[in-house]
Amino acid sequence: MTAREIRNFLIAAGLLALCALLPVYGSPYWLTMGTTMAMFAVLATSWALFSGPTHYISLATAAFFGVGTFVTGLGFQALPFWALPLIAAGIGAVLAALVGLVTLRLSGVYFVIFTLGMAEMVRQVVTWVQNQTGHRGMYVLTSITEREIYWMLLGLGALVYLLGWLIGRSRLGFALRIIGNDETVAKHSGIDTALAKVALFMVPGAVAAATGAMLAPRYIYIEPATAFAPLLSFQVVIMALLGGTGRLWGPVAGVIPFTLLWEVITRQAPNQTLLLLGLAFLLIVYVLPGGFVGLWDRLRRRYGGHG
Amino acid sequence: MIRRTILTGAAAAALFAGSLGAASAQDTLLLGAAAPQTGPLAGGATVTHWPAVRLWVQQTNAAGGLQVGDQQMTIELVEYDDQTNPQQAIQAAQRMATQDEVDFMVAPYSTGLNLAAAPIFAQLGYPMITGTAVTDQQPALAAQFPNMFFVLGRTSVMAQDTAQLLVDMRERGELGDRVALVNVADAFGIEMAGISKAILEENGFEIVYETSYPLGTQDLAPVIDGARAAEADAFIAWSYPGDTFALTDQAIVQNFAPQVFFTAVATAFPAYQERFGDQIEGVLGMGGVNADDPAFQEFAQAHMEMAGQAPDYWASAATYAALEILGQAIEGAGTTDRAEVLAYLQDRSHEYETILGPVNFNENNDNERYWTVGQWQDGVFRGVASQGRDGVAEVEAFDGWN
Repeated sequence: MTAREIRNFLIAAGLLALCALLPVYGSPYWLTMGTTMAMFAVLATSWALFSGPTHYISLATAAFFGVGTFVTGLGFQALPFWALPLIAAGIGAVLAALVGLVTLRLSGVYFVIFTLGMAEMVRQVVTWVQNQTGHRGMYVLTSITEREIYWMLLGLGALVYLLGWLIGRSRLGFALRIIGNDETVAKHSGIDTALAKVALFMVPGAVAAATGAMLAPRYIYIEPATAFAPLLSFQVVIMALLGGTGRLWGPVAGVIPFTLLWEVITRQAPNQTLLLLGLAFLLIVYVLPGGFVGLWDRLRRRYGGHG
Repeated sequence: MIRRTILTGAAAAALFAGSLGAASAQDTLLLGAAAPQTGPLAGGATVTHWPAVRLWVQQTNAAGGLQVGDQQMTIELVEYDDQTNPQQAIQAAQRMATQDEVDFMVAPYSTGLNLAAAPIFAQLGYPMITGTAVTDQQPALAAQFPNMFFVLGRTSVMAQDTAQLLVDMRERGELGDRVALVNVADAFGIEMAGISKAILEENGFEIVYETSYPLGTQDLAPVIDGARAAEADAFIAWSYPGDTFALTDQAIVQNFAPQVFFTAVATAFPAYQERFGDQIEGVLGMGGVNADDPAFQEFAQAHMEMAGQAPDYWASAATYAALEILGQAIEGAGTTDRAEVLAYLQDRSHEYETILGPVNFNENNDNERYWTVGQWQDGVFRGVASQGRDGVAEVEAFDGWN
């Protein structure tokens, strides 16, 4: 590792420790906010791992997330809790692979539409299974506190960062950047583009499912309508794009201001939260095409920053 | 929406400062309320939840406020929208408790949102008296959240009472054997259909038509068509608001008029009557009230004057009653200290006077006297089956859409 990488690692570890101590120095209010931010940070960062380099906009986050909450809902009494996010991640990855095999050969808008429909499809399948089996509403009553959920999410976040860093250095990451720039060139260079895309699409699928599994004890009552709420997918996309997908830390730079702003708007003008989502999107398209990351890089270039 | 005046520009600063400024005087009691104003459940909350909450605050203040010890305290309501989102419901409860520092909180609207907010209420030590959560998990929930109280009743008992009503009607010779049983394909519908089916079959009814439909289905003509083709004597639908309206609509269009026509949630809504007028005479639905009780009539009148709409004939009164109970517990404890008010509520010997009649809680924090089935009779939705409530009306046979 170079000196710069070691420096970055130390900074990241320091920031992580600072976050992990939030329950110690922060008020319960900030712990609740922190849990929400950690959730979105994990979801948006893992989303950007795939959608950043490939430019495939995935709206399937809610589908994976919902599957994860149902894994916990079904399994928390029979299995130790630590096993549930792992199982959820496995199911999420398999589901992502299946979806990827079907859709990632298609390009652009087909993929977007399919992933949007997928959350609804999975919701209907879950409901159908419940109906067939006469299954009742699920109550996830555990002794898991918000603090523990927060730490679990932080741990998952650290894993996602590590994974992102490794992928960025790997042949897979390189292949995906080529695919993102020009898929035809990538094919002609001998890259198995479908395989590379499917492999990477499994990452956000697994992470979102694990996140859902961790958050189920927070919701207590699991029902398909809230577990698969499509709004989640859009929030993740907007936050990630606002921060910028060009760098690993980009999505978090979008998550934090967006979550704070959402909170302020909820307090002051509760009916306008969806408007915020729309305005943020316009802002990204017209002013910040590269998100905050793009802005940062532009400013650094202009004012002669280096390093 | 927050009702106190704050400069919008200072909003962000206020958030970080961790306080909303407006100092509350000693004689004001802050009451926080977060429930849907947007999202899928906003329609239901606007009918059932918000007017009842605001009415109670308005009436209590008009009467001079609550008598807390030797102090007379008026109530200031702090409102938030939870966007029908459990995540936001949790955040709103946390915000009201730690940022607005409210003295007490109104329980949210609907089973899901109440359960999502329950851990935060428990952790922060706020009593949570819910008028809109229906579940069968009271013992488990009360064990985990000893601050949580249930006014509206149990789902399984409502399904049982509905089935029992059919059994009684058949005994009186008012009903045949053939039942069509349909449900919305959702935890609620599946559970209710399962319970009522078991009881009906046990009593020798024949389920001649059985189906379910996904939540949000627009076209329910095939369901009514199927029930009619099966020549059902009774039609039982465990439905949600949208489908309650759609099923009734189709039954009228196809002139499907069995001896019993039952739809579940929202049958008790004033909008149901507005939409179908006199045609719904004899329709059965979930819930009910003692519509002839002067206490309820007074409530309905005041509700009409304040909100410009009638209350629903079920959970509106329960939501209002939940606040009456909270108010009486605060007055009874003689303090705004939450731990003492909670201790007062947890003392099972206390009984509360509400528009539902007297209410007390059992060892599972559960109210055992509640309405289960109602019927539209002479333009009013009367309770025709209940657990331990007075004023149960005689159920009438349904004589068609007229």
